[in-house]
Amino acid sequence: MNRLAIFLIAAIAIALPLSLLAGRVWVDPASTPNAAVILMELRLPRGLLALVVGAGLGAAGAAMQGYLRNPLADPGLFGIAPGAALGAVLSLWLGLGTALLLPAFALAGAAGAMALLALIAGRTGGIALFTLAGMMLASLAGALSSLIISFAPNAFAMSEIVTWLMGALTDRSWNDFWLAAPLTALGIACLAMAGRGLDALTLGEAAARSLGVEPARLQFWLIAGVGLTVGAGVAVAGIIGFVGLIVPHLVRPLTDRRPSSLLGPSALAGALLVLLADCLCRILPLVTELRLGIALSLLGAPFFLALLLKMRRELA
Amino acid sequence: MLEARTLSLGERLRRVSAQLDAGQITAICGPNGAGKSTLLASLAGLLAAQDGSVMLDGTPLQGLTARHRAKAIGYLPQDGQVAWDMAVRPLVALGRLPHGDAASAQGAAAVERALAALDLAALAQRPVSTLSGGERARALLARVLAGEPRWILADEPLAALDLGHQLALLATLRGAAKAGTGVVLVLHDLALAMNHADRVLVLDGGEVVADGAPEAALSPAIIERVWGVSARWLGEPGARALVAS
Repeated sequence: MNRLAIFLIAAIAIALPLSLLAGRVWVDPASTPNAAVILMELRLPRGLLALVVGAGLGAAGAAMQGYLRNPLADPGLFGIAPGAALGAVLSLWLGLGTALLLPAFALAGAAGAMALLALIAGRTGGIALFTLAGMMLASLAGALSSLIISFAPNAFAMSEIVTWLMGALTDRSWNDFWLAAPLTALGIACLAMAGRGLDALTLGEAAARSLGVEPARLQFWLIAGVGLTVGAGVAVAGIIGFVGLIVPHLVRPLTDRRPSSLLGPSALAGALLVLLADCLCRILPLVTELRLGIALSLLGAPFFLALLLKMRRELA
Repeated sequence: MLEARTLSLGERLRRVSAQLDAGQITAICGPNGAGKSTLLASLAGLLAAQDGSVMLDGTPLQGLTARHRAKAIGYLPQDGQVAWDMAVRPLVALGRLPHGDAASAQGAAAVERALAALDLAALAQRPVSTLSGGERARALLARVLAGEPRWILADEPLAALDLGHQLALLATLRGAAKAGTGVVLVLHDLALAMNHADRVLVLDGGEVVADGAPEAALSPAIIERVWGVSARWLGEPGARALVAS
């Protein structure tokens, strides 16, 4: 393991216990009443879930950028996150938005998007067709979600759906963690299987094939990996943007820039970022807790703008 | 031996047959759209022909696994893409992907040999974006050499290089050929083909119209027929120059 990974793991090891103490109520394990219950049943599952969701998004973003050979690619591009969101929105609309059924609907939505992607892209393994299919799916799923929201039976249902879509880790339990963790781990393993192919793609599609990469197989690992990580993430936390875009950007200069060497550090850095952002949401003294999805977008957009301005200066 | 057997691919290749020998530099020449790159990609096993086949030492290329084929045939595309601004050494190490041993001593040694062969040792830590065009072309060729393939297939490897870099790269390829590697180059510059290839394949409209030693395959008569240019060769064999007449 390299120094970057060790540093990130150490940072997470320090941040996680500290994050458990932070919140609307600052917990002092020695004096706060019911400290053990708050820590073990509320904050620990939430903190671990933040790590899981962030790791999945970070790894998926790194893989997507490697696959599309574009630092602006984001896991949302393939329509898997919008597909999962559509499933969740449908469950809320049907009044089935329970702690168990909502994630199940979201996972079904993600799986549906994955299957459609695989079907449309076919066996050729071409990247352009695949990307266009993903973008079409994303816009279709987005439109269907909006349609469902517009048909919401009452204002309360509508606000419930819209609030859910903003993404949050509020009131999550161990069940959510045990649902998301194995799926995310499996997804990251799939992405790791794609690593060699992603490295070869650095040299373009023809060179990658000449290096023994089979495009259809690479695409399979990528769909499975992004589908599992992002699908599980949306199922338990809603839409959380920018992590998959920013984290690989931040981490890439610290690696040798091979997509495969970016996957692990990106997962770790994504985990750390979502953990810290969720902590910030809990600490900020607002009337209602800031939604995690909004917080990350608020943090992410200016950061991204700064990055673009830096790129512009370098090009000038 | 790498052999094309009556390869056909739409309008791009029409019943192309050629037996290429290892240990030689073979140049594929022809006007724009003649099918040079298509033939090279087919020989590399990257394009499936509609008809005919490519045989590597008597085995159909389509019957090999992608990895097996990748170990035997190194392919250098024309576009020279490098998507991420990596340093030269990890770039060259990508050539070991078919072997899966970039991290092992054996793989690292092959990478070092490739870096040394193209005089890149001093540049090994430099990001690709800081390289000149010639250095970049050397790094990309080193990537192919690092895989230690039995065949090197390169599409216009000398385009956009100045004379000195062209000659340096050709010397490297000649060294590989002497060591028994088969070298197949798509070349636009007929003088380079004339002076440096052992054999020239001239394509026109997807068909082989000449195949043989450079002096014969690139005779003024063939150049006139294929390129529509009346030209003659000046100078001594090995140092020819083409002038329009």
